[in-house]
Amino acid sequence: MTAATRSLRRWGFVHKWTSLICTVFMLLLCITGLPLIFHEEIDDLLHSQVKAAEVPPDTPLADLDRLLANAIVNAPGQVPHFLIWDREDPNAMFVSVGPSITSDPSKNLLIRMDSHTGAYLDAPDVTGRFTYIMLKLHTDMFAGLPGKLFLGLMGILFCVAIVSGIVVYAPSMRKLSFGTYRAGRTRVVRWLDVHNLAGILLVAWTLVVGFTGVINTWADLVLKMWQYGQLAEMTAQYRDRAPPTKLTSVNAAVEVAAHAVPGMTASFVAFPGSIFSSKSHYTVFLRGNTPLTSRLLKPALIDAETGTLTDSRDMPWYVSTLFISQPLHFGDYGGMPLKILWAVLDVLTIIILVTGIYLWMRRRRAGVSVDRVIARSSGIESPALSS
Amino acid sequence: MTSRKSMHRTLRQIFVAPLLVAIVSTLGLVCALVGDGWWDALSWVTLAVPVVLYSLFIWWRKPN
Repeated sequence: MTAATRSLRRWGFVHKWTSLICTVFMLLLCITGLPLIFHEEIDDLLHSQVKAAEVPPDTPLADLDRLLANAIVNAPGQVPHFLIWDREDPNAMFVSVGPSITSDPSKNLLIRMDSHTGAYLDAPDVTGRFTYIMLKLHTDMFAGLPGKLFLGLMGILFCVAIVSGIVVYAPSMRKLSFGTYRAGRTRVVRWLDVHNLAGILLVAWTLVVGFTGVINTWADLVLKMWQYGQLAEMTAQYRDRAPPTKLTSVNAAVEVAAHAVPGMTASFVAFPGSIFSSKSHYTVFLRGNTPLTSRLLKPALIDAETGTLTDSRDMPWYVSTLFISQPLHFGDYGGMPLKILWAVLDVLTIIILVTGIYLWMRRRRAGVSVDRVIARSSGIESPALSS
Repeated sequence: MTSRKSMHRTLRQIFVAPLLVAIVSTLGLVCALVGDGWWDALSWVTLAVPVVLYSLFIWWRKPN
C-alpha cells in the first residue's frame, strides 16, 4: 500500500466517523433550523399581536422614562433589565423585566411597547410557541449550557466531516467529470453521486453556517468573558461605590450616548445591576447602520447617578466575532430571497446527511468498508454493490 | 468526450469547478453583509449558483 493510499484511507476513516457521530444531531439542527429561518413570518401567522399605532413618518419617539413607567405598571413586582429597540419594527420596542435585577435574564418577560405613543401593547408568553420549541431544540435541546456546548462539539465534528469529505471527494471523482449523475444506475450509485455533488457544491455554505453555529454555542461564554474583561475594566473605579439610590433619566442617558458616538443609533440599554452593566451605570449599546455595522454593538457607559458619559469603547475582537457570526448563521441579513435560499441550502444539507447515512448502511451490508471503497478510486464499480 | 472518461483526472481537473463554486458562494455570503439593495441582489444571484447547478445536474440532465 502506498503512502498516498494509506493517507486517503485515514481521511476516509475520519470522514466516516465524524459524520456518523454528528449526523443524527445535524439532522435535528437542519430540521429545526428550517422553520427558524422564517420564525417571524410563522409567529405572525400563528399568533396575533397588538399592533402599534399607525403614525406618519418622522413622528417623534416617546419619552423613554414614560414608556418604561407604563411598562412597569403592567408588570407589578418586576424590575427592568433591558430596554430593547425592535430591529424589524421601528414602531415597537421591548422592556425585558425579571423578578429582581439579579434574576436569570434568560427567564425574563418581554413587554412590547409602542415606541411612538409609549403605550403598553402586550407581553405574550412565548414559551409554548412552535418557534420557541424549535429554537430550544436547535440551540440546547432543553439542556441549558451543557446542551449548547454539546451541539457545538457536534458542529465541530460536522466541519471536520466537511473538510475530510473534500479530501475523499477526489478519489471518487478520478474517472468522473464534475456533476456526474448516473441516473440509469442502481440507487447506491445514484445516491453516491447526489452525496458527492451536493456535498461539494455546498462546501462553502455548510462550512460557514456550521462554524458560525459553533461560535454561537459559545455566546454565553463570550459574553461572560466580556463582562469580566472589558466591562469590569471600564467600571473598575466604580466597583466599591454604593449603587445610586435614585436613577437618572434613561431617556437622557440614551441621548448622551448617541451624542458621544455620532453616526450610531441605540440598540439596547442595560440597566444598572443587570448582567451587561455595572451597579452604577446604564450601558447603552449603539449600532451602526449598514447590515454589517448594525451587528457590531458599541457600549457607552452612562453614570446612573450623574447622567454623564464615563467611557465608550469598541467591543473586543472575540465579541465582534460572535456578533458577525450571528447573521451568517441565521441568514437574516439579505431580505426574503436570502432566507429562501437559506432554506433551500438547508434542505440540500439534509439530502447530504440522508444519502450519507444510506451509503454507510449499504456498504456495511455489502461488507465493503467505506475507506476501502474510497481508496479504490471508484468503489461503485465493485460487483458487491451493483446489485 | 467519452474517451476522456476512462482517463484519470488530475486533482486540478477535479477541483477547479468546486473551487469556483466555493469562491462565488463565499462572495455571496459576504456581500449581503456589506450593504443593502444591489449588494443583496448580488448575494441572491451568487448563492443561487450551487442550487442551480445541483438542479441542472440532477434533474435536467437526460438519463443515459
